[in-house]
Amino acid sequence: MYRSHILICGGTGCTSSGSARILQTFQDELTRYGLNEEVKIVKTGCFGLCAKGPVVIVYPEGAFYAHVRAEDVKEIVEEHLLKGRIVRHLLYEETAQEDNIKSLDQTDFYKKQKRIALRNCGVINPEDINEYIAYDGYQALGKVLTEMTPDDVIDVLKRSGLRGRGGAGFPTGLKWSFAKASEADQKYVCCNADEGDPGAFMDRSVLEGDPHAVIEAMAIAGYAIGATQGYIYVRAEYPIAVKRLTIAIGQARELGLLGKDILGSGFDFDLDVRLGAGAFVCGEETALMTSIEGHRGEPRPRPPFPAVKGLFGKPSILNNVETYANIPQIILKGSEWFASMGTEKSKGTKVFALGGKINNTGLVEVPMGTTLREIIEEIGGGIPNGKKFKAAQTGGPSGGCIPASLIDTEIDYDNLLAIGSMMGSGGLIVMDEDNCMVDIAKFFLEFTVDESCGKCTPCRVGTKRLYEMLDKITKGEGTLEDLDKMEQLCLYIKDNALCGLGQTAPNPVLSTLRYFRKEYEAHVIDKRCPAKVCKQLVHYVVVPNKCRGCTLCTRHCPVGAISGEVKKPHSIDLEKCIKCGACIDQCKFNAIVKE
Amino acid sequence: MANTKSAVPFSGTKIQEEQLRQVIQDYKGQPGALMPVLQKAQEIYGYLPIEVQEIISLEMDIPLEEIYGVVTFYSQFNLNPKGKNRISVCLGTACYVKGSGDIFERLSEKLGIKSGGCTPDGKFSLDACRCIGACGLAPVITINDEVYGRLTVDDIDMILQKYGA
Repeated sequence: MYRSHILICGGTGCTSSGSARILQTFQDELTRYGLNEEVKIVKTGCFGLCAKGPVVIVYPEGAFYAHVRAEDVKEIVEEHLLKGRIVRHLLYEETAQEDNIKSLDQTDFYKKQKRIALRNCGVINPEDINEYIAYDGYQALGKVLTEMTPDDVIDVLKRSGLRGRGGAGFPTGLKWSFAKASEADQKYVCCNADEGDPGAFMDRSVLEGDPHAVIEAMAIAGYAIGATQGYIYVRAEYPIAVKRLTIAIGQARELGLLGKDILGSGFDFDLDVRLGAGAFVCGEETALMTSIEGHRGEPRPRPPFPAVKGLFGKPSILNNVETYANIPQIILKGSEWFASMGTEKSKGTKVFALGGKINNTGLVEVPMGTTLREIIEEIGGGIPNGKKFKAAQTGGPSGGCIPASLIDTEIDYDNLLAIGSMMGSGGLIVMDEDNCMVDIAKFFLEFTVDESCGKCTPCRVGTKRLYEMLDKITKGEGTLEDLDKMEQLCLYIKDNALCGLGQTAPNPVLSTLRYFRKEYEAHVIDKRCPAKVCKQLVHYVVVPNKCRGCTLCTRHCPVGAISGEVKKPHSIDLEKCIKCGACIDQCKFNAIVKE
Repeated sequence: MANTKSAVPFSGTKIQEEQLRQVIQDYKGQPGALMPVLQKAQEIYGYLPIEVQEIISLEMDIPLEEIYGVVTFYSQFNLNPKGKNRISVCLGTACYVKGSGDIFERLSEKLGIKSGGCTPDGKFSLDACRCIGACGLAPVITINDEVYGRLTVDDIDMILQKYGA
């Protein structure tokens, strides 16, 4: 028995800011004070509140220490663990109350969340299968193998209303029933962990924090459709996730939860991890399968659908990490429980990776139907520096921008589609008044141009032409005619591209055109970038009554564009200025502005 | 196939070649073995010059053009060696809206190289990368395996100094 537990976040965010060193220091300090027998250190997955990382939580008090540095560890050990006094000045501000501490689930960030896919993240040690088992792990697999027929399993999933969390929202139970109906000597279960949307990291966090949930669900899927082999296709950019998955698979094999004759039921199932190699298109199901086969990851036309002819030409299913993470809970708690959450057509919860211009960047899981306002203002803690919310981008390069006027939209698959965006895998990037929407559209198009596999013309050439038009507009060379042409081209690409990447690639352009047309027009007609982002349309000028003539800027201007006498207002030669911004960074009187 | 040959002469050792042959032996016969073999080969050599692809082609009995096709399709496979210090700037959405584009430009300017380039002394290479999933720390760059987060343009000089720029 331990009297205290120290939970240290070992997710990518906290690891990047030094949580490994903090863990080492805790170990050293505990050894120094001979507390090893009384206090246990647990390296967990992501707690979700990445903005406050590195995060350390000490139980039983539940003290949430934020932005912990290795130098702080000694104080926490000496004060909190030795003397029983919580180190108040290191606590996450919101939890530090006068005479006690606020419990985490009462904080603004956690209060409205409902954790199903993330339920074990930040709670258990993902590298120890026993901790997962202690939290009902592998019970669902046991139940399925001993009490349920494959049809029962599929039926539960169908009635739960679970839809694919990878973005498109296809009903999971239906997908499985197609694969079950296909007759073959071999079938495959695949997991899409090729989380390519820039700005999305929920799948990574599930794999890092609770890898066994995915493994268990894949075994359940194998039983349901009649497959004995599974593949998890993970991005190579996620080394921690790959390591923990590999450990988890090894431990599951050791306990006989993977391999031959699982739990004495006669059912065989095993898993392999395959690494991606940096191709966004491999998130598309047929491309992903082609890549596992060892080829260029190009998509192929459907039908035949993977449920009929998938990996290695055999019937296969592919589900996303978060989809799988929900399944053991649905099996254990029943379809009614799951279907009681969410909206009419979107059941359960959704994990969002909250990023961009928001105070509480991190991972949140909320019931479907939660409004954007609740996520941004309450859970996310609003926009930093008193700036105004301008738009939220969901669905990555396949999605769109939701303007401030639609902030009360209830988020589910259908509502997002209706307003020209999509759920996507769950990246939610918040933008403020300093972000230019044309620039954002151009950013996404640059991405798709880069990532288009080149197989079909609408995507290969179409996205390139779109990008060129956007580039023209951001340089102030666009015309109103370009806007119409762009819109037409977008619709053409949507209708004609071969796979999901191309069909959704125009969405960032279409949605910004729809909601921020005025901003496009400002670039085209007035040759002005209202957010002052597009370099060619921005000028640097000196505000005469603020300038003290200190000459600091003239000394830092790399091209000698600033001139003026000492103690008199300076001026900038717009011909020479390269708009590097060095003068703004240097000026102590805010006397240089962009306009 | 204009740039099949790397600008840097191939200098693989016998030991590396033995390691590679062992990897191929381990994977041979498995379905879809080419990708993992290429990944291991890149771990061994640091990149995948045509000489390495030739060995894989012969050993695995896969036509060289098919291997070249796979290598050039995926952005993580390199035909050219990287610098001693590999700098990647995350241009994922979360980092981009927080100004990673400016950070990339400053680095490019400082080092005098573009994306995918390597300084003539072989010290630094610079890449723009997609999301590394550390969005909570945006904007981030990685140098080798070290992550630097919550950066501003002004931090760049100090970080480069650490690596002897």
